Amino acid sequence: MNTDRRQWLVLGAAVLTGAALAPGFRLIELVQARSPQEAASTLQRWGLLIDTTKCTDCDVCVTACHEENGVSSHGRLETDAQWIRKVSLHDKRTGYAQTLPVMCQHCTDPPCVDVCPTGASFKRADGIVLVDKHTCIGCRYCVLACPFGARSFIHEPVSDQKADVPRGKGTVESCTLCVHRVDRGQIPACVEACNRDGGEAMVFGDLNDGGSELRRRLNSEPSTQIRPDLALNTGVRYQGL
Amino acid sequence: MTRITIGMLAAVFAVAAFAVAADKQAPRVAVPLVEIEQGGVCVAPTAEMRRDHMKMLLQQRDLTVHQGLREPRFSLKNCVNCHASQKTGSVLGKDGFCSGCHSYTSVSIDCFECHSALRQRRVAGADR
Repeated sequence: MNTDRRQWLVLGAAVLTGAALAPGFRLIELVQARSPQEAASTLQRWGLLIDTTKCTDCDVCVTACHEENGVSSHGRLETDAQWIRKVSLHDKRTGYAQTLPVMCQHCTDPPCVDVCPTGASFKRADGIVLVDKHTCIGCRYCVLACPFGARSFIHEPVSDQKADVPRGKGTVESCTLCVHRVDRGQIPACVEACNRDGGEAMVFGDLNDGGSELRRRLNSEPSTQIRPDLALNTGVRYQGL
Repeated sequence: MTRITIGMLAAVFAVAAFAVAADKQAPRVAVPLVEIEQGGVCVAPTAEMRRDHMKMLLQQRDLTVHQGLREPRFSLKNCVNCHASQKTGSVLGKDGFCSGCHSYTSVSIDCFECHSALRQRRVAGADR
């Protein structure tokens, strides 16, 4: 092969590659946002990292979650649904106080799924733990089984639901990791609100993706699960606890 | 024998005539007034939609909840967006697209105890 011909071939290959990649340079984004025809896959496992040292005294994550999912209060704290709550910890000896958000921890081996008699409580392929309210009979076994108190039973009729978040009396519900947003390639409402108005304490990402910020921080910084003794391998991790 | 035959024939004709007369009377329950405000073409032919819309919704429901397949064409949200009344913005109510037919046929559905029956602002790519 003469030099001229080789140069032409190299140039041609470069132009072809450029033409294939150039429109938008969106290879990575396309991987992250699934098309509506593509099912959730075990290649991904969605998770959260919450840095409690950055978590301030605000509750923007709670407000944003309940706004996004149409969770409203009846003013009856004992029976109102809570998808996410702020928990305050206080060390009596040292006086050190801290606050952190707690929601469904999206376990690899969720106890709520083990105890569900109808299969309504289930884990999606990408690790998000959900309730199929079409088959939930409201027995509340999962409410008792969850070690994090993440599940709520809906005691009263619900109105003005969000189109993406159906909710109804007689079923159990909990944090969905904003599955309707994640399926559109967005991040959960709590994380978005914390980054915008809070202490930027929350990171959302794919635990299986070595290149994600979540994975990078988990690899390089200390983190812990709540109740690691239960060996549930939670998808929500904490720092500074 | 002839008398009996004539009598029976007369009875049959009388019943038939009564049935024809009954057909011409107004139905006891008013036929629902179905107004499709958006018009145009649905996701399947009308006859198929009338017969099988519940099967489509049932299949889509399981695919969406369990696998995250959010094909907008057959989603309940898409149905509501097209078929909600212009006046009330809802598929429920007296002449609502869903409730009108379902109350006529005595079918009790509970979709809208949890799902929103109101038309949403159109999202790009969410229509058919």
